[in-house]
Amino acid sequence: MRPVLSLVFCILWVLPGWAAGLTYRLEPRLIAPGTYVFEGAVEHFTTQNGGNILNTGFIVTNDGVIVIQTGPSRRYGEEMRAAIAKVTDKPILKVFVSNQHPDYFLGSQAFADVPIAALPGTIDGIRVEGRAVTENMYRLIGDWMRGTDAVVPSEPVFAATQVYGRHRLRLIPLSGHTQADLAIYDETTRVLFAGGLVFSDRAPTTPHADIPRWLDALDELATLDSAVLVPNHGTIRTDNSAIAQTRDYLNWLTAALGRAADGGLDMTEVMALDTPARFASLAVLREEFIRSVAHLYPKIEQSVLSKVN
Amino acid sequence: MIRIAGLALAMALSAAPAAADQDATMDPFRSVMWDDMRAVILGGGAVLFDQRVRVTAPASAEDALNVPVMVDASSLNAESKVEEIVVFADMNPIPRILNYRPASAKPVIGLRLKLQQATPIRAAARTGDGVWHVGGVFVDAAGGGCTSPALAHGDPQWERHLGEVQARAWGQAADGAVRVRFRIRHPMDTGLAPGIPAFYLENLAVHDGQGQELGRIDTFEPVSENPVFTLEVSPSPASRTLRLTGRDNNGTPVLADIPLPWRQSALP
Repeated sequence: MRPVLSLVFCILWVLPGWAAGLTYRLEPRLIAPGTYVFEGAVEHFTTQNGGNILNTGFIVTNDGVIVIQTGPSRRYGEEMRAAIAKVTDKPILKVFVSNQHPDYFLGSQAFADVPIAALPGTIDGIRVEGRAVTENMYRLIGDWMRGTDAVVPSEPVFAATQVYGRHRLRLIPLSGHTQADLAIYDETTRVLFAGGLVFSDRAPTTPHADIPRWLDALDELATLDSAVLVPNHGTIRTDNSAIAQTRDYLNWLTAALGRAADGGLDMTEVMALDTPARFASLAVLREEFIRSVAHLYPKIEQSVLSKVN
Repeated sequence: MIRIAGLALAMALSAAPAAADQDATMDPFRSVMWDDMRAVILGGGAVLFDQRVRVTAPASAEDALNVPVMVDASSLNAESKVEEIVVFADMNPIPRILNYRPASAKPVIGLRLKLQQATPIRAAARTGDGVWHVGGVFVDAAGGGCTSPALAHGDPQWERHLGEVQARAWGQAADGAVRVRFRIRHPMDTGLAPGIPAFYLENLAVHDGQGQELGRIDTFEPVSENPVFTLEVSPSPASRTLRLTGRDNNGTPVLADIPLPWRQSALP
């Protein structure tokens, strides 16, 4: 009896371990010489995908490895680092975080021994909102977050071209998707890591958006002669068409919300509006549209009301 | 969780009885708070869970400080006039959000509210026979809306703008109804944020140009900061303006005249 009981206890003991045996199964994909991407799902944060909804990447140079974004959780960051170590034994030189949204930086604990670089606005954003954002991620993806804390990036980034091995990385400070959006253009391979500014076959998210500035940023990215564009969310493309797609959606969104406000629609009525057929191929379109109404409509609506006292 | 549910659940409409034969006296959300809500908010009156009271809200509150909700009980009106609508949220620390008495208005109200956590949001419409018809939606929320200080407290100038009204009216439906939206500058402090006493609008009324009352709202702490309301009122044809009056719990008055859109019937 006793051995049986012990066995039962053993199984009960390890069960949480099985449940926690979550893995992102990260497989690096080579997109250009020395340049790899871990592709995420085009979904929302769920307990199934563990928050793996973005494209992180790394560049192997002769000097060492440059990591771009650290993913949605400590577990992701650790698995990412292990997957990089399978590709190269070169040390990690630096991590870049493109903006303050949780899936860009919550894996940073796995890179605590190297400089983590971000724009000053991103550093401020993470300092102010990092804790609340982390707590909300626990609510959204649960156990995948175990042990995750927000890490404030340690090194401010300014407009510059930095050389690592043979790779010349142009660091481009922009804004509009959030208060500070870092795009990284590798002049050597012509790969553009567009950060949160470009969405590809996935509806853009707008919780910190300033759309006029975002459109300006897209214009600037469109001037780059990129051979491969890595959007943070959605499919990687070998042309600039994702920039046009993002611009088209943002223009439509602004115009549609403006028309709705002028027509007197209440927020819940705007959330129920149809989206044009040309956006039907964008993943999570309906959810993101509803979120965007919540983010953007109050201000647009105010602009059509007149002060009457 | 609800965030993942996709298209079908992305916007929640009144989740009244799932099956037609379901008992209309049984809470479709099986909320642990329902018995209290019924006793305290509805005074223990007769209750029917009724899909005709349409409550619309996003299934997940993107901003727990500003959750948009629209209540439309107009399909009850054909049977019996709606005398009062009470909006409440079971799991909020202060559940009661507002009472609306549409005198010469459709039983329709758009509002925004603060949520502390995931909760059913309900509207109970009382018809002339004294029965409460209850509709509702379940809204998921990251929470904290009721215990966060109002954004106004970050602005040293906020008192200067207290009671300012921005508004617009849209006309005119075939039945003479005018849609009006107004926004009132007010912090709507719940008293639950540390060190900030409760300070909120208590009542608002809309009259037409002839002084006829169109609707009256008792507002409570969970209404969002700088409240925005949408109403559908029926002013007399000769009215050129709507008068909005009200006051907060410190006695600060609200007074504004909202111009009505040009209406042919108003011409001599």
